[in-house]
Amino acid sequence: MSASIIRVVALVSAVLILGAAASTVTITLPPDNVQYKPGPGADLATANCATCHSAAYIYTQPPLNRKQWTAEVVKMQKAYGAPVADSDISAIVDYLLIQNGRP
Amino acid sequence: MTLARLDFLVGVASAGAASAAATVTLPFTNGTRPLVAYPQKRPLIVLTPRPPQLETPFAVFNESVLTPNDAFYVRWHLAGIPTTVDGATHRINVHGSVKRPLSLSVEDLRTNFERVEIVAVNQCSGNSRGLFDPRVPGGQWDNGAMGNARWTGARLIDVLAKAGLKDSAIQIRFHGLEQPLLPETPSFVKALSIDDIDQNVLVAYEMNGEPLPLLNGYPARLVVPGWYATYWMKMLSDIEAIDTIDDNFWMKTAYRIPNTPGNSVAPTDTGYPTIPINKLTVRSFITNVTSGQTLHAGPQTIRGIAFDSGKGIKTVEFSSDDGATWRTATLGRDYGNFSFRPWEIGFTAKAGASYVLACRATTNNDVTQTTVPVWNPGGYLRNVIETYKVRVS
Repeated sequence: MSASIIRVVALVSAVLILGAAASTVTITLPPDNVQYKPGPGADLATANCATCHSAAYIYTQPPLNRKQWTAEVVKMQKAYGAPVADSDISAIVDYLLIQNGRP
Repeated sequence: MTLARLDFLVGVASAGAASAAATVTLPFTNGTRPLVAYPQKRPLIVLTPRPPQLETPFAVFNESVLTPNDAFYVRWHLAGIPTTVDGATHRINVHGSVKRPLSLSVEDLRTNFERVEIVAVNQCSGNSRGLFDPRVPGGQWDNGAMGNARWTGARLIDVLAKAGLKDSAIQIRFHGLEQPLLPETPSFVKALSIDDIDQNVLVAYEMNGEPLPLLNGYPARLVVPGWYATYWMKMLSDIEAIDTIDDNFWMKTAYRIPNTPGNSVAPTDTGYPTIPINKLTVRSFITNVTSGQTLHAGPQTIRGIAFDSGKGIKTVEFSSDDGATWRTATLGRDYGNFSFRPWEIGFTAKAGASYVLACRATTNNDVTQTTVPVWNPGGYLRNVIETYKVRVS
């Protein structure tokens, strides 16, 4: 119910804009209901990955091998500043391989 | 229109969206996606919900040459997206190596600069990445991370002229309201060399004659016709003239393509030079047939679209025998060289037959699509001739 009220506000704002130059637009994004699925390392993956992005970033990838998943985790750590401890990388990669991996 | 009336309409729309709780399966492994109506959007294919990345169902491209705003794909990099934006108080700061720093409102753009319109394709750098073989990591889009709209705004060169570029400036760096959630994450900034900024580059405040949907960058975004969408900064808030080549992560490390023939490499190649992704490659699609479809027997019209980086489409050819022979299609209305160009051709399908349909476009500077797919580890620049296997009832 509250979501639909907020949507009304967004639409009303949008309608007002058509007549004026610019106005406030407010939206409510649908919830992210893609789960970091249970399994060994799920707690580490949730702690290190979920702050910034949906688990859909895991499950929509093609199945990746150990080298590829490791490169992704290291990219998140080095390039994006994810708080991944070096000692946790292999456990996170193990989790990713179980979730969406290939040999 | 009264609030009560709006409430009624929204209720109907919500009920429709809820009952549609559908999924689509794109033609690659792990390609099943939910269809969800985000604010100001019809149900779109959800690649990721946070940050939101929404793909346009391909059938939309058969509805109209201009992609409706509520069907236009959405791609954000970082989850820190403002969900409330005040178009009246929003400011675009123009600073750096300029003589007169500016703080522009959208109203300033509307009233103090010439109003310019251009129809242009906005295509995600990673459009069609899911179709790469071998597959590559990254956002796994089918062909729907693109759209074609009529953009209205002020010319960037007019804005820069008002600010007065200093002679030392060589690039312009852009930033929007999108923010990282961690302070360690590089803010999403992009840069263009001044030589690449022509009269077609706009700071756009309208999309198909309406304010931009928030998820497409309300209240203003950069429009860089002919260039991949990574440069089309959404919720544009900062324009900075700089005296060096930008070395931020998003230019120096991400969105790079091999500087090799055709920007292509073999999966085993390493050590090749790279450059920032830049202009669109030429592409064409059939829009009223999907691969695997069963056609009715008899004469019918095959329709599609083609586009390139702005040279314009000279010809589109159609094949019904997997590229062995080609016939020239009829081009439709010309919305300008940066737009989708519609095309159509007659085709008579024989009862019980199977066909591999294909289309290929040639630009006004004689660049033609080929059957050799581009491959690079970023999954960029796909423009191979698309094929469509069909049967006839």
